[in-house]
Amino acid sequence: MSNQETYDAIVVGSGAGGGMATWRLAQAGLRVALVEAGPWYDPADDSQRTQFRHPWESPRRGASTRLRPFGDFNACIGGWELDGEPFTTAEGTDFRWWRARMLGGRTNHWGRISLRFGPLDFKRRDIDGLGDNWPIGYEDVKPYYDQVDKLIGVFGTNEGLPNDPDGFFLPPPKPRLHELYYIRGARRAGVPVYPSRLSILTKRINRERGVCVYCNQCSRACGLHADFSSSTVLVYPAVATGRVDVYTNTMVRKVDTGPDGRATGVSCIDRETRGESRLNGRSVVLAASACSSARILLNSTSAQHSSGLGNSSGHVGRYLHDSTGASRAAFLPELMDRDIYNEDGVGGMHVYTPWWLEGASLDFARGYHIEIGGGMNMPAYGFGFAANAYKRFLGERVGGYGNALRDDVRRFYGSRLGIACRGESVPQFGNYCELDPNTVDDWGVPVLRFNYRWTEQEINQARHMQDTMEELLEASGGILLGEKPGLDRQYGLARPGEIIHEVGTTRMGDDPATSVTNRFGQLHDADNVFVADAGTFVSQADKNPTWTILALSWRTSDHIIERMRQRSL
Amino acid sequence: MNMNRRETLKSLLLAPLGAGIASAAGCAGGGRVNWTELPREYSYGRTAAERQRDRELFAERYFSEHELITIATLCDIILPSDHPNGGALDAGLPDFVEFIVKDMDYLKTPVRDGIAWLDSHAIDAYGADFIGIEEAQRLAICDRIAWPDVADPALQAGIRFFSLMRDLTLTGYYTTAQGFRDLGYQGNVANVWDGVPAQVLARHGLAYEAEWLEKCIDQSRRDITAAWDDDMNLTS
Ligand SMILES: Cc1cc2nc3c(=O)[nH]c(=O)nc-3n(C[C@H](O)[C@H](O)[C@H](O)COP(=O)(O)OP(=O)(O)OC[C@H]3O[C@@H](n4cnc5c(N)ncnc54)[C@H](O)[C@@H]3O)c2cc1C
Ligand code: SF4
Repeated sequence: MSNQETYDAIVVGSGAGGGMATWRLAQAGLRVALVEAGPWYDPADDSQRTQFRHPWESPRRGASTRLRPFGDFNACIGGWELDGEPFTTAEGTDFRWWRARMLGGRTNHWGRISLRFGPLDFKRRDIDGLGDNWPIGYEDVKPYYDQVDKLIGVFGTNEGLPNDPDGFFLPPPKPRLHELYYIRGARRAGVPVYPSRLSILTKRINRERGVCVYCNQCSRACGLHADFSSSTVLVYPAVATGRVDVYTNTMVRKVDTGPDGRATGVSCIDRETRGESRLNGRSVVLAASACSSARILLNSTSAQHSSGLGNSSGHVGRYLHDSTGASRAAFLPELMDRDIYNEDGVGGMHVYTPWWLEGASLDFARGYHIEIGGGMNMPAYGFGFAANAYKRFLGERVGGYGNALRDDVRRFYGSRLGIACRGESVPQFGNYCELDPNTVDDWGVPVLRFNYRWTEQEINQARHMQDTMEELLEASGGILLGEKPGLDRQYGLARPGEIIHEVGTTRMGDDPATSVTNRFGQLHDADNVFVADAGTFVSQADKNPTWTILALSWRTSDHIIERMRQRSL
Repeated sequence: MNMNRRETLKSLLLAPLGAGIASAAGCAGGGRVNWTELPREYSYGRTAAERQRDRELFAERYFSEHELITIATLCDIILPSDHPNGGALDAGLPDFVEFIVKDMDYLKTPVRDGIAWLDSHAIDAYGADFIGIEEAQRLAICDRIAWPDVADPALQAGIRFFSLMRDLTLTGYYTTAQGFRDLGYQGNVANVWDGVPAQVLARHGLAYEAEWLEKCIDQSRRDITAAWDDDMNLTS
């Protein structure tokens, strides 16, 4: 790869942030280079398709492997470990880091839960005195959320909730049977339930994309392009403008800067040939995901930026935080011996519970939302394990062999109700990623070392989650499965990184001494370098981050376009 | 892939030389145990690294013939083939178990050691290894180890092994076309979800709340392009 052209913008990474920036900048007439570390990807291409495959099309029947940790049919090329791309953790840190290497990044297999942050979520310090406020508020982002809703499509309902804003929604699908049991249980427990909000097309939004045919397989990526993946929804139309060059299997090593400290382009490595190359650009947009963008900045040292690009404040990598999480499940006797019909539905829950205790006096800060799982799922590896273990609850003998097992399997099929909580943590200066001085990747580039510990806030929140889940599962008619984890297991609190909502590593702010970018994601230290992923988040609400990444990336892109029009970039 | 067992059958002598008397196990006949052979070529959106790994797994041979026959015999007891939807051997279980223990190598030792336990137990009780004893004797052993609530310490290793083999057999069976049929599984096809069928709701004494239903998609309008007014109301 060698190209003399100077692009208007070089976008690094093609996930939610990078796909949106590429689409928006190209649509506005800019020449864009999109640099992606992984291969081209299209779930409609039969050589890459996993949707609608039967379990027996995989020799391991869909079981997970090191190369597909969420199952053999999952769309993600990548996972908890990447060959040749290690990371390390400091002593006492148990951080997990999920990375994708493919066009579209982690949006190919994400959960499609598409929640706006609410007005309170940008100003948490005003409420609890912890952490910091965002420099911007809901009103700054709202117009972009509105545009994202219409461009990409999301189903949901306008409920007029104070901190879970309304949107331009498509109508949601009807609840499934186990979800009706959950609704009834939640009503009994005094906990609200609403239709979920997922970026899946229950209704047509344009001629290019299909409408959902309810296969419950969004994690395999949709060949009809009826769910949101950055690849299918943003990158393809961007490429169709003719103004985008996509460089796949190309890893950005660092941002190059000139004598004035501004970016001149990026240095890259071709992962297949191991060749080194350079791209020239008038601006650089980093969207390699929060931690990877921080890594690129830290590796971009120069005379002007001795501690890394954008790092004069020492804040690159700081305030790394993930959502909290815990889960529990129950056996619902009323769902035994079910009538069997197709209840696949969309690739996610049809109902959910947003945080409902805002302002209540609790022994932890901030809140969490509740996600629901269950149903007559497609058998895959693991189906039939402990096939008749629920007989214990009926006073019957567990075990045996022979054709009676067939009856047991049918009897208990689809009788499990699962609940997962996803909450907000309090960002800490002391939780961070940095370059490990002793470890490089296969291409000789220093890798990240993580430092992360939960605080009492998150641990107390997890205890509350456990109590809530028990109450809701029992109110739904469930018999609790497994043991309730105690303090010794931090109440089942997921390890940091495990919820895969890592954000905050290049946070935005008005003060260059305590933040990395300004309110538009523009580096304080180099005005033609931008961050368009979740690195800029000051705090990660209890809402999943992607809808906000998309809105902010659009906002940053508009800022770039305007500055270029004014010739001030 | 067609899982019809008439297409390709793997056939192994039930009792290899020196293993004692040949007898018929489950669907085995004439001293042989037969099962549907599973494919060794797959194509379902793999990366080069994944293809390479699966090639290596298929090239490796882990179980001895004796072990494979024992697995086949046990799987056949767990889910017999004398059923309209077929059983473990029709679903190619021995091949599946061979593949899965190589893929998840932490299963290798438990299965191998389990077979050894089963053989010693059979020899102590009946004077020959598991595949060498009478069918009634095999079933008598299974009756001892098929129930996890049995507390006898001398049987715990066998109970653990039987539970593992039951898990693998059921998972290997229900993830085939025969298993789908046996379960009555209806999904994994394009369709338009329009809620829980009325008779199911009635059976469960549940109903959709009217207010909730009003918000849901009218499936007759799913193909009409969405439009909204400025107040976020859908107008199409
Ligand atoms: C299983 C799962 C479920 C999820 N569910 C939800 C959900 O329901 N709702 C939600 O809001 N969020 C969810 N998420 C999180 C969501 O996927 C991420 O928030 C989102 O994808 C982040 O977008 P991004 O653009 O920052 O990064 P990514 O999507 O990770 O994309 C980054 C891209 O950059 C590339 N890259 C990295 N380094 C370099 C480099 N040096 N040079 C070139 N390219 C590089 C990568 O290959 C990758 O393609 C989920 C994630 C997972 C894994
Ligand atoms: S559930 Fe709908 S959107 Fe998701 S993959 Fe299936 S058809 Fe596509």
